[in-house]
Order: sequence, then structure tokens, then C-alpha cells
Amino acid sequence: MRLLLGLSFFAFQLLLSAPLLAQTSRVQEFVLDNGLKVLLLEDHKSPAVTFQVWYRVGSRNEEDGKSGLSHFLEHMMFKGTNKVAPEEYSRIIAKNGGRSNAFTTQDVTVYFATMSREKIGIEIDMEADRMANALLNGKYFEPEKKVIMEERRLRTEDNPVSSLAEVTAAMAFTVHPYRRPVVGWMQDVENLTREDLRRHYQTYYAPNNAFIVVVGDFATEEILAKIKAAFGPVPRGPMPPKVKIEEPPQSGERRIILKKEAELPFLLIDYHVPNLNSPDSFALDLLSVVLAGGRSSRLYQDLVYHKRIAQSVDADYDGLSMDPSVFSVTAQVMPEKDPLEVEKAIYDLLERVKSEPVNERELEKAKNQIEAAFVFGQDSVFGQAMRTGQYEATARWQLLDSYLAGIRKVTTADILRVAKKYLDPDQRTVGVLMPIKEQNQ
Amino acid sequence: MKKIVFAVLAVAFALSLPAVSETRLTPERSVLENGVVLLTSEQRALPMVTLHFLIQAGSRYDAEGREGLANLTSRLLTYGTRDKTALQISEILDFIGASLSTSCGQDVATVSLTVLKKDLDTGLNLLAEVLTASVFSPEEIERQKQSVIASIRAKDEDPGQVAQIKFSEALFPRSPYGRQVEGSEDSLKRADRAQLLEFYERFYRPERTILAVVGDISHQEIAQKLTQAFRPWKKGAAIKDSPPVSPPGPANIIRVNKTITQANITMGHGGVRRSDPDYYAIQVMNYILGGGGFSSRLMDSVRNERGLAYSVSSHFSAEKYVGSFAVTMQTKNETAQEAIRIAKEEIQRIRQEKVKDQELQDAQDYLIGSFPLRLDTNRAVANFLSLVEFYGLGLGYPEQYPELIRRVSQEDVLRVAKKYLQPEKLIVVVVADQKKAQIQK
Repeated sequence: MRLLLGLSFFAFQLLLSAPLLAQTSRVQEFVLDNGLKVLLLEDHKSPAVTFQVWYRVGSRNEEDGKSGLSHFLEHMMFKGTNKVAPEEYSRIIAKNGGRSNAFTTQDVTVYFATMSREKIGIEIDMEADRMANALLNGKYFEPEKKVIMEERRLRTEDNPVSSLAEVTAAMAFTVHPYRRPVVGWMQDVENLTREDLRRHYQTYYAPNNAFIVVVGDFATEEILAKIKAAFGPVPRGPMPPKVKIEEPPQSGERRIILKKEAELPFLLIDYHVPNLNSPDSFALDLLSVVLAGGRSSRLYQDLVYHKRIAQSVDADYDGLSMDPSVFSVTAQVMPEKDPLEVEKAIYDLLERVKSEPVNERELEKAKNQIEAAFVFGQDSVFGQAMRTGQYEATARWQLLDSYLAGIRKVTTADILRVAKKYLDPDQRTVGVLMPIKEQNQ
Repeated sequence: MKKIVFAVLAVAFALSLPAVSETRLTPERSVLENGVVLLTSEQRALPMVTLHFLIQAGSRYDAEGREGLANLTSRLLTYGTRDKTALQISEILDFIGASLSTSCGQDVATVSLTVLKKDLDTGLNLLAEVLTASVFSPEEIERQKQSVIASIRAKDEDPGQVAQIKFSEALFPRSPYGRQVEGSEDSLKRADRAQLLEFYERFYRPERTILAVVGDISHQEIAQKLTQAFRPWKKGAAIKDSPPVSPPGPANIIRVNKTITQANITMGHGGVRRSDPDYYAIQVMNYILGGGGFSSRLMDSVRNERGLAYSVSSHFSAEKYVGSFAVTMQTKNETAQEAIRIAKEEIQRIRQEKVKDQELQDAQDYLIGSFPLRLDTNRAVANFLSLVEFYGLGLGYPEQYPELIRRVSQEDVLRVAKKYLQPEKLIVVVVADQKKAQIQK
């Protein structure tokens, strides 16, 4: 998702980095006979309803030579069914005042629309229809392949930081499918066939391999009846194959240099970490805030404010992935500064959190930031649906309810322990973007 | 990610200001003693408050040769006051998990704070200090200058931004509206403390300020708190405010060479102001041409039929004193010429024949129906209310909007297309690998 969202990345970050918590969740869970799980959260503060279908398939489920298949299929899902003409889906949603979109990540493929309560039934019917009846129309296959190649050029090839993230992931993961980009390698995309799409659709698009999240201004019984009527008849599919690939332990730092036309050097340091199913995930969340949450954080104060060697810094713990992912520290380097100097300054700070406990007030500050962000995150129905869906995709949505309690329990000793355990130099992969200037004009 | 980007939609939304058909905003307006225009919308669902200041202190007030001063002033607001250092300000904000941001545009500077209700007083007192007692210390000035220079360089890395910058320069030559708010490395060097203080004293004044407050507080309660906290903020000397005259530049083709895989194209010309009576007919026309996301003619002909681009759109930006029209798209270098030709054909077509009845109706239904759904966060509402005031639309605007859109006829669409789309005046900017793009007249 991170790579693919490109321009909208920051908008999403705002929503997602604010973990939402409900004191006690008002989410209600239902499961239809065909195995489709439905999560409903009523929220009447605005007149909007967000409806999302989450398929448990992403680049994680792809094989070598077929990268980008899930994402390609996402595009082709807009090419119609027997009832809805190609590209009509978006038009129908729009003329009913709604906004719709879809995205693919490593783990999931998600389709969604935001509409009024009176109109949301239109979206429900069309999503149920294309869950079973997408034509993946042959005529639109070649033009859409070109569109996807343009998308890759836009978001990756001509974007130096995205390119760096792509090659760094390909090195941090040697065996696990997280080493492949969601959009796919250019050559793979070119080689994908209609038959590949057809098989992928038949394998993964079924009610028992999907779930629905609805958040907003609706009445539970009314919308549940609509969902049952639309999705109930969709037949259960065979259980899709499980991904059983584990990334073998890393022993020793890996480095990659990317030389590309760019202005500022960029540094990306990935450490292997467990996902939110691990009890360490709360401390890892807080560690990322201590390091880079706000202008008073350690990395910001040292690199951006005092030393003035970085234009920006960030630390991000990605616990919301199905398989173990990475804790990443990133820095955009100031003009004429040496990325190696920035790298060294980062390691000095990381050594400090590994050798002495953070102070109590610092920890309290980080907890306050997470709690406030949690409340702010509830301001958006879309943001709430995203967070609920991510928890369900990764683990169980119920974990959201205990999130804040888990955060509150973390001690300075926990932070010290996880820093020591995971910020291990032998466990890191370092990517450095070295700008080169081409002969212009 | 199939569709276009949230960030872009959010911007388009801010500028086009659609209306509320099902309003839950209950906006209230008053003028405080010191001249601040206060707009509020009481939203009790969450214990949070958003304050959004819009201050007439944008880059158009920068004297020639001193470009970047307004932006530097805005950036420095939160870097030190008489009583607090930059670090102390950050510590306070981070400890309460608040988000405070400043930005500078061409007409206005903004200061936005989102805070938990329980921390509102802390937030208000800090805002009051920032707006009345910033000190602009030489050390902080130097730091921000370096940071702005880095951000100017970073923009250069993004071919889409480069195209946008070149387009603005060509569209509004010798006008502040053609310049970047950041200024240049050269003009920034000349900025000093005395100039910053003078700008701050002159333009950061309550009678130049619109403040929208949305959240868990009543109009009366926040008005009292503001009067208390902002006691030191007094009206300034009257400023003779004649907006700059900005005649659009002539048709032109501008080529920028970069080693990239896609041509980034921005093509357009002058437009209308927000107060133009044809504004609504233009919005409807543009929705059909290229504003309607996946439901537009440009999207059909450039993306869906030919697979030439991932994203293509057109936009009429109607500001208080200037306006512009632009088509933006990216396509591989080799097909740049073809994409430009097709975009021009679509511009011609909508000028020559009436749009279909169905197209008109779909556009109207979307614009009217989607509006209330877009005001789905406190921040979106705060932004909306402040712009309603800035453009002088009146608090009744949300109720009037559906009628303003509904009464646009097919004849109106044809008339405004003929009048405001001017193929002979197109400025075409192409940032690309020029050897491959081979752009002809």
C-alpha cells in the first residue's frame, strides 16, 4: 500500500498512523452462511456511510514471474459484469453522489465507496455482483495493462524515494513474497495473461476469503438485511491456498545503493520485527513515537534541529501486516550533507535507546500522543473503517479494543528490551539513494 | 490503487466548495471585539476541538526581490516566542498529543490546531503567543532558510511539481501569482529579522483573520475563551490592499529535460475568479470534460480507450483574485505528443457540440449529492467554513448550492466552454526526456 498509494500516501498516513481506539468497541460482527464476515460500526456524526469489501489476497499470494497480478486484477474488476457495463461502476456511484476507489497491498485488495444512507444499497448490490460475476473483459485487457505500466512509471520509476523503497524491500526479504513490489516488476506486468487473471479471481474472490466493513450513518438491522440479500446468494468457494513462506533469519547487515537522478539523498533503514500478534508490538509502537513522534522527538531534535543534517526524519513500525514486517527509520538528507554522517547519527541515537531506558516523562508523552491520535482518528468514517479492516486482515478486529490498554501498560523497561532485541545491526537492511545529475538540456 | 488520489480530491474540494444538501453543520458567525471573524460548528461526538485560522498574510504581499518572506514568517511562528523556545513549544504540543500546523499560500497563511477538549486552554494560550509574541531569533531564521532551500530542491525532484511551477510562471508572468511561495535561494538570502518582524506586525492582525472552530464546544464558550486568551492581539494600521493585476501570459510550449520515463504534462490558460457568476456553469462543464474522476471525457479517451495514462484530469482553479484552467497528465515519453493531441481534441469537442442530457444530469447529481458527504471530518468542516467567509459566500451558501448547480443548462455548458476554454491560448509545459518525447508545435 505504501508504495502504491504514492501521492495519497500522506493522506493515508494521517488516517492510519492515528491508531483508532474505541473505549469499548461498538463494532458488531455477523457471519453469513457462505462464510462472509460483516463488521458494522454505526457512527452518526456525518451523513456518510463507507462500505468496504476486503479480499484476503495481495502481492503476498503471488509467485515469481507473476508479480503485480493482484493489483492488475483490481484494475480489471472495473471492467464490468453482465449487469454493469465496463467503467460504469464508477459512473453509477458518482451520479449517486458517492466516491469510490480501490487499492491493493501486500496482504489485501480492498474496494470501497462512500455514499449517503439512502444510496449505499447501490454500492452493496454492485460489490456483490462483481464478487461473483466479473467479466475481466478481454477487450480491455491490453489498454489496462498499459495503464498499469504508466502507473508504475509514475509512482515508482520516476520517483526516487519509491524506487529506493522497492529495491531495499527486495533485499530485506530474500525468500518471503514481501520482497516483490505490489504493482509488480515491469517485465512481469508485461507478461501477465488473461488466464492468469481468471485463475487468480477464481482462487481468491469468494465470500469465505473476504470480509465487509461498514462505518457511518446507517441502522444496523437495515443494512445487514441489504447485505444478506445481496451477498447471501454468492456461493462459497474452495479454501484458497495458504502462504507458508517464512523469511529465514538474517545474519549480518545488507546494504544497497541506488544511483538515480534526484536532488536530495535519502536513507532507509529496515529492521525485521514481528507484527501486532506479538506482545512486543505495543512497545515497538511507542518506540517509534519516542524516536520520531513530533518535533520534540529524539531523531527530530538531533538530526533536523541541532545538527541540521536532515530535512526530515521518520520512524515507522509496521505491525499491521500479515507476516512479520519491518521497523523502518528514514531520513531525507539536507543538500550537500553526507548520508553516511546522517546514518551514523541515527545509529548513535538507536544505541542510546538500547543502552539506557527512556525517561518516564518521555514515555508518558508518547502514550499521550498515541491516545490523542486515536481520538482524532475517529473523526473520519473512512479512517475508522480502514483501521478496523487492517486489524481484521492482520489478526482480529477485537484487538483494537485492547489497543490502548496495551499501550498504557508499556514500561520504560519494555522499550529498552524491544530496542535491544530488534534494533540489531545484524538484522538491518540499509538503502541509500545517491542522487546523480544527468546531462540536462 | 485504482483511482486517483485522495490528496488531489481534497484540494479540488477545497477550491470548488460544493454545498451541503443535508447539513449537520449548524454554523454560527460573530465578529470578536478585536475584529476576528469567528465561525463555529458545534460537533459533540468526540472530545476534540479544531481551530483553523486563515490570515491574509500570503506570498502576494511579498515585495519584489523579497519573495519567500511571507512563507518564512509563517514557518517561524512556532519556533520561539517571548516566553518559550522552539523546543518548549514542541514539548508542550507533543505532550498533549496536539497537532499544530502552519502553511502559507498566495493569498492567505493558515494556522491549524487540533487538540483534545481537555487540553483546549493549553492550546489556546499557545496559539495566542504564537500569533502575538513570536520573536524570530536569528538562529531560527537561519535554520528555516536552510530548510526552505532544501524543500525547493526537493520539489525539483518531482517532475509533476516542476511542470506545475513552470506553468504558473508562464501563466502569470511578473505577478506574485506566478511565483512560488517559497521564493528562491537568492531572495531568501536577503530576508532578515527586521523584515520578518515588520511583515508579522503588519499582516498578522485580528482584523485580517477568519477563524473557524469545529468540535466539542459552543459558539459562546469559545468566543469567551478567545476574547480572554487573545487580549493582547490588537488591530493594526490600515493597509491599502489592492490585489495585483495579473494578465495571463501568451500561448507557449515549454520543454524541460529530465532523465525520466514519463512526460509530465500541464497545459492550460487563464480562468475566472471565484466571484464570477459563471463559476457554477464552469464547474459543471469541467466535471464533464476532465474534473469528474473516472466519469470524465478525458479519462475515457486518454486512459480507458487508449491506455495512455494512469491519471488525467482538468481543473478550473478559481481564487479570490485570479483563476486558471489546466489539464494535467503523465504518459510515457514516446506518447506525449499523442496525449496532448487527444486532450486538445476533447477541449475542442466540448466547445463545438452540446453535452448530452445524461452527461449534464450525472454531473449535477454528483456535485449536489457528494457535497455533504465530503464534509465528514471536523477539519474538513473548519476548512469549508473559513473559505465560505473568505470568498464572501454567506452562511446560507450550503442551502443555495443545489439550485446554483441545478439551473445550469446544456446551453450554459456550451456557452462557458466556448468562452472559457481557449485552445489558441494554451500554455503547454512538458517535463520529459525530450529526445524521446519529440514535442512539436
